[in-house]
Amino acid sequence: MHRFANPAQFNRLADAVMPWAMIATVLLFGAGLYYALIGSPPDYQQGESVRVMYVHVPAAWMGMFIYVVIAVASFVALVWRHPLALLAGKAAAPIGATFTALALITGMLWGKPMWGTYWVWDGRLTSVLVQFFLYLGYMALWKAMDDEEKAGNAASILALVGVVNIPIIKFSVDWWSTLHQPASVMRLDGPTIDGTMLVPLFLMAAAYQVYFIVVFIWRMKLEVNNRKLSVMRGSGMEN
Amino acid sequence: MSHPSHAQPSISSVFTALVRRDVTLAWGQGGASLLALGFFLIAVSLFPFGVGPEPQILARIAPGIIWVVALLASVVSLDRLYQADYEDGSLDDLVLSPMGLVGIAGAKVLAHWLSTTLPLAVAAPALAVLLNFPDEGYWVLVGSLLIGTPALSLIGSIGASLTVAVRRGGVLMFLLILPLYVPTLIFGVGAVDAAVMMGDPLPHLALLAATTLIALVVSLAASAAALKLALE
Repeated sequence: MHRFANPAQFNRLADAVMPWAMIATVLLFGAGLYYALIGSPPDYQQGESVRVMYVHVPAAWMGMFIYVVIAVASFVALVWRHPLALLAGKAAAPIGATFTALALITGMLWGKPMWGTYWVWDGRLTSVLVQFFLYLGYMALWKAMDDEEKAGNAASILALVGVVNIPIIKFSVDWWSTLHQPASVMRLDGPTIDGTMLVPLFLMAAAYQVYFIVVFIWRMKLEVNNRKLSVMRGSGMEN
Repeated sequence: MSHPSHAQPSISSVFTALVRRDVTLAWGQGGASLLALGFFLIAVSLFPFGVGPEPQILARIAPGIIWVVALLASVVSLDRLYQADYEDGSLDDLVLSPMGLVGIAGAKVLAHWLSTTLPLAVAAPALAVLLNFPDEGYWVLVGSLLIGTPALSLIGSIGASLTVAVRRGGVLMFLLILPLYVPTLIFGVGAVDAAVMMGDPLPHLALLAATTLIALVVSLAASAAALKLALE
């Protein structure tokens, strides 16, 4: 586990992955956007508005996925005192918050023509909003204390408590029958949407995923270098 | 450090002493309990000014008002839950007692519930009268608050312990705690609404009880971990 705690090792791994992730991001976004905007048919009910889904659904997936990443990193940081895991949570949080905000905003824009309202207080929307607030709380706690490590550990505890919300988001559409449509892709009996729509959906999901990897590595390197700087400043003052 | 002639106090005696001390402090001069009750009273009475005095509207939104203000009053009273003891060093002493951090958190939460959030549940019917609350809902209103207020103290303890070392952590605590209060609020209000609208409040009350039990498990562990971190 602590093999990856060595920042130099991390930097080597990051530099090896980075160019491939960048190429993949450009290619997948290109293909995904082509299929999402041009290469797929309009929905028989929703018309062209269905294209919002290709931005919205993967963003919501990423919002949840990144929260789980933060939770796992928090667990590793708290249990094994893993310094890079602590920074991983910090690096991932703003990206996750942004994807969650993107999901909320695109959902609202889609909801206005389709449901006739920007917002309804149903289980799915409310629990995603709560997840957004949890991201904000996590980031605010990081900034609240001078001692970086204490702040990070406190934020990690909050992140683990907030995991309770993840199953609520996933199953909210099954538990409460509301305006938001039930799961149509990630279900046990296979997806219920047409293949022509699954192609852009999965392409966009993959594009978001590699985009996350690129930005995440950038932010990790930033945090590692920040840490290095503050250590150097600290030792400089002692001499 | 302990003298051989002095036996270690038992866990239960330390626990009761801590609960008694905190309840006494909360009800004493400048204590949090009366302030929270006052906040509850004033904040609820603001709503008729805000939404207008029509009895039907007030009756319809009364469960929501009472529940929302109750959880705000709970957070308002929480910011000194651990901080006072942390700042004057008594938390460091308490850690040396045999009951451990989970016990300390448990005693503190129990004291907060007894002294602050339980009185809110007792005071709620009086405020419900002011809001023209329908007669058939009173028992469920009090019952839902009795079942749900422990969750308010428990979940609040997570925020209070995480911000114990933060100067002016009050606003931050709101940001941390309020999202976690949402399930308690939903099931609490759901039960009262069901009772008022001739539905069955029992499923809501059962879910509310489940929320409280989950909060019990998660909160004491998380609070203990957060306190341990702050004391390092």
